[in-house]
Order: sequence, then structure tokens, then C-alpha cells
Amino acid sequence: MTLELRGVSKEVAGQAWTHPTDLVLAPGSMNVLLGPTLSGKTTLMRLMAGLDQPTAGRILWQGRDVTGQRVQDRGVAMVYQQFINYPSMTVYDNIASPLRLQRVARAEIDRRVRETAAMMRLTPFLDRRPLELSGGQQQRTALARALVKGAGLVLLDEPLANLDYKLREELRAEIPRIFEASGAIFVYATTEPEEALLLGGNTATLWEGRVTQFGPTPQVYRAPQDAVTARVFSDPPMNFKPVVVTGGEAALDDARWPVDVPDGPYTAGFRAAHLTLDQTPRAIPLAARLDATEITGAETYLHLLHGQDRWVGLVPGVRRLAQGPLTVWLDPAHVYLFDQCGRLARAAPYARAA
Amino acid sequence: MTRASRGSAVVMTLYLLFLLVPIYWLLNMSLKTNAEITGAFSLYPLNPTLANYRTILTDPSWYMGYVNSLIYVVMNTALSLAVALPAAYAFSRYRFLGDKHLFFWLLTNRMAPPAVFALPFFQLYSAVGLFDTHIAVALAHCLFNVPLAVWILEGFMSGVPREIDETAYIDGYSFPRFFVRIFMPLIASGIGVAAFFCFMFSWVELLLSRTLTSVNAKPIAATMTRTVSASGLDWGVLAAAGVLTILPGALVIWFVRNYIAKGFALGRV
Repeated sequence: MTLELRGVSKEVAGQAWTHPTDLVLAPGSMNVLLGPTLSGKTTLMRLMAGLDQPTAGRILWQGRDVTGQRVQDRGVAMVYQQFINYPSMTVYDNIASPLRLQRVARAEIDRRVRETAAMMRLTPFLDRRPLELSGGQQQRTALARALVKGAGLVLLDEPLANLDYKLREELRAEIPRIFEASGAIFVYATTEPEEALLLGGNTATLWEGRVTQFGPTPQVYRAPQDAVTARVFSDPPMNFKPVVVTGGEAALDDARWPVDVPDGPYTAGFRAAHLTLDQTPRAIPLAARLDATEITGAETYLHLLHGQDRWVGLVPGVRRLAQGPLTVWLDPAHVYLFDQCGRLARAAPYARAA
Repeated sequence: MTRASRGSAVVMTLYLLFLLVPIYWLLNMSLKTNAEITGAFSLYPLNPTLANYRTILTDPSWYMGYVNSLIYVVMNTALSLAVALPAAYAFSRYRFLGDKHLFFWLLTNRMAPPAVFALPFFQLYSAVGLFDTHIAVALAHCLFNVPLAVWILEGFMSGVPREIDETAYIDGYSFPRFFVRIFMPLIASGIGVAAFFCFMFSWVELLLSRTLTSVNAKPIAATMTRTVSASGLDWGVLAAAGVLTILPGALVIWFVRNYIAKGFALGRV
């Protein structure tokens, strides 16, 4: 069971919502669509489901062209960010409804509904109506309905975004388990890099309707192909600074370190967690101005200004610091170099080692 | 009880009394004989009689008025809903060229007095042989009931997230099956409110129903306004007819009373 997108694009009112996209989702794989809001995650997902038709390109399911096929015949399952159930039916009937439409035998329906409900921990609520349940239980009902019919392609469009964080963590931990049990291709859209890393599998990063990179999640995270991907896959966003390489050495502030790229102007990028307040071996000092701090309990966010550039640093512990000049330390092993076109010129050495 | 709340209770009681006086007086008259009505002034019937009601319920020229009215009102309500449900769904779910103008134009049909349409309808129906039939009145009333029903239902339908439609399609529901099994239960109160308004407007409308009928489909309102006989007005029977005319509306209101406020908000909460 493979889903293949061949040059699929979508235009609405002359505006490109999805630029031509090629994507092959392997059988039984977990695929994360990662991107900020309006980056085209939902548009791409709706094309995969068959809810919208692509302006150009073909969609192949198991090698068969399914472009333009009715969504009823596609045999996909989808869960939305909003908790979408049939409010007038009980939880049992909600889960059973796709099976009833497939004319599955009554005993078989009962068995599968109870099995799925048990997996989603819904057994005590089968006789209730969805609106009498908590948000987490409502979303689990929607997930159960998506899973019960054994669809080969399960699309989850930010399914946890509307839940409070406790429920989100609880359900997020369950999703890999559910995925293992189903054997289907999962497509999971999210705006949070952390969620993509926790789910593993493959990640496609999206930016303004374009898939900027698709590959195994850790690889996309450690070796982003370009600055845009790095920005999408970093939270807080990646910090950037123009640097010039001369004589095989990059210069930032007064520090220089050797790099294996041709001479010329580059953009250095590094993640927030790699800035430190204390000197470490090999780290270079950077003179910045502290604009504000945010303390989250065990960590402190530093909002810094370095020349014209805004940086964010994330340091462990509660650090109460005065506004004004501040020296932060950065290990060049954590620095990516992007060329003038934004393509990756040199991955951070720590990522290459990993 | 504080002075303020006692004051507001008094005002409320007076207001309700004031509202109910005409209805009470109608009921009062319907239980009196003609001699008593035209004779002495009395606050309640001195010799209560059900003779007026007996006249109406036994004389076909009277009770057929109710039957005719009910027939075309029910026909109109069913017709209006059957047309308005798909129309409202289209307005709520699809964007098409001129949709907003069309939606507004529908409403403007309610802005013209029925008298404007009485003449063309009369001529048209006479020409095609629909004059004095129930369907003629039912169709004519669609002119203002369909826009109203579309307007009400569109509000309720737009309150249902579009994702429910899509989830149903993904689950494998065909459109008709989804509409009947999933969508209509979701907007049941909206359908109830729309049906109520169709029923009400069709039931109280006099001009078109009287113009388009003569004998076979003569509505009760027309019967009531044509009872000036040689012996003068039959006050008691008329009052009894009035009471019986209020009843269906009161019954329908009783059933939909919990949804009425929502209906006036047209589902746009």
C-alpha cells in the first residue's frame, strides 16, 4: 500500500496553495507534515483524501490512479483538529457507522467496534452521545471511527491541537501504539517540531505551499537542506547571522573557526538551545544585548539582539538577568552554514557525527 | 417580597391581562347566545351554551373551511420545506456566482404586499385551471414561505461545521443518505422552527387564499368574513369560529416553544 503524489498542485482563484509536489509515502509508514499555519498542510491532506481535486498532477494509490475518484470510494480515514463526530448518534453508533455502510455482518461490527473502543479506552462511554464526553474522549471517538474501518491511509490533521496539554501528551503517547497496531500509512499534520520528533517516522517540512524537504525525521532535523527547513523545524526558531568565510575560516564577532567551504558570504544558523551563558571548551564569545527574559519554570528564554539580528536563547535553570549587554557562548560545532540562496553549505559538525 | 419585585409583578399582571382581554372576550362571546351578546353587558356568559360550536362542527359550510385551510397549509409547509432544504444547503455550503445577491433577492419577495401578487396569480391560475384548488393556494403561499424557510434553515445549517459533511463522505455516506441520516437530525430544531413559521404565515394569510378560491377550497378565514346574512351578523358563531381558528396556532406554538427564540435569531446565535 503506497500513496504517491506526482506533480500534484492546487490553485485557488489564481493563487498557488500547493506548488507542484512529488511525494511517495511508503507502506505502513508514519509521515509527519510539519509547517506553520497556512503553510499548506491541510490543503495537501485534503488532496490526499480526495476531498479536493488537484489542479494538476496525479495521485496514485497502490500504483492505481485515483485522481478524481469520489471520496466515498477512496477508503481513507481522516480526523480533524475540531472534534468531529455525529452528535445525534451514540459513541457506539458513531464508531459502527463506517462499518454499517460497508455492509459488514452485525456480529463482526460488534466485535470490531468493541475492540477499537477498548483500544481507545472508550468502553465505558459507548452508550453516551459525543457531546456528553470530554474533549479528549470526543477526539478518541473520532480516532476510533477512523481506525475501525481498517483504512489503508489514515489522515490526522492536527488532531491534538484543540486539547489541553495534559490530554495532548496522553493521546500523543498513544498514537505511535495505535499506528503500530493498524499497519496503515499515517499522515500526521502538526505545527510543532517537538511533536514531529516524538512521533518519529518521516517528516515533510512545508513552507508557503511547498514541501521543502522529506525524509526520516531525525535526518531532516539534524541536516536540513536549506534555511527554510531549518527555520520550520526549530522551536524556538533558528537564529541566523551573516558571516564571511575567508581563507577557510568563518568569522563571527572577534572569533574565527575553520570551516571546509569555499570563501564567500554565508548565513550561519544555530538553534536556541545551543547558546549558553557559561563558557564551555571551544565555545566562542558573542557580545549581544539582552532585551527580555521569559522564565518557564525550569528553563529561561533569552531574547537577544546581536547587531540588527534578533536571537532567542534557551538556557536551563532560572536565570534572573538584567537588561543590557550580555556575553553568550556558542560552540561552532553547532553552527550550520547556508549559502546565499539559502541552501545548506555545511551541516553542523555535531549533527554529522550523530 | 420586596417593594420593587411586587411592583414589577403588578406591572406584569396588568400587561398580561391587557394582552389576554381580546382573547377572553372572544371566548366569552363564543359561549353566549346572540341575544345575550347584543343585549346586556356581562363579563362572563350568564347562560353558557355550546350551540355556537355545535353549529360549526356540524355544518359543512363551516367545518369544511377548516378542512380546506388545513389541507393547503399542510401542503404548503411540506412544499416549502422540500424546496427550502436543498436550497438552504446550497447557500450554506457552496459559493457560486451571485449567491449573495440571490439570497437577498429571495428575501425581497417578502417585502411586497401579497395584494401585488393576487392579480397575476388569479389570472394565471384561472388560465391553467388551477383556480379554486388547494394546491393553488399552497403554491401561492410558497412565494413568501420558501424565502423565509431558506433564510431560517441557512442559519441553522451554517452552524453545523462543514467537516461533519466531509467526515460522513469519508466514512462512505452518499449525499442523500448523509443528508437524511446525519444532517437533518442536526438541524431538527431549525426544521421545526421553519415549519412553524410556514404553518403560521399560511394559516393567517387571507388575501391570496380568498382570491384564489371560491367554493371547493374556501378557507376558514374567508368563511368568517362572509357571514353577514339577511338576519344580520351571527356574533356567537363567528366568535366560536375565531376561537377554533386560534387553536391550531396555539397547539403548534406549544410544541415548538423551546425553539422559537432560536428561530427568531434565525440560528445565528
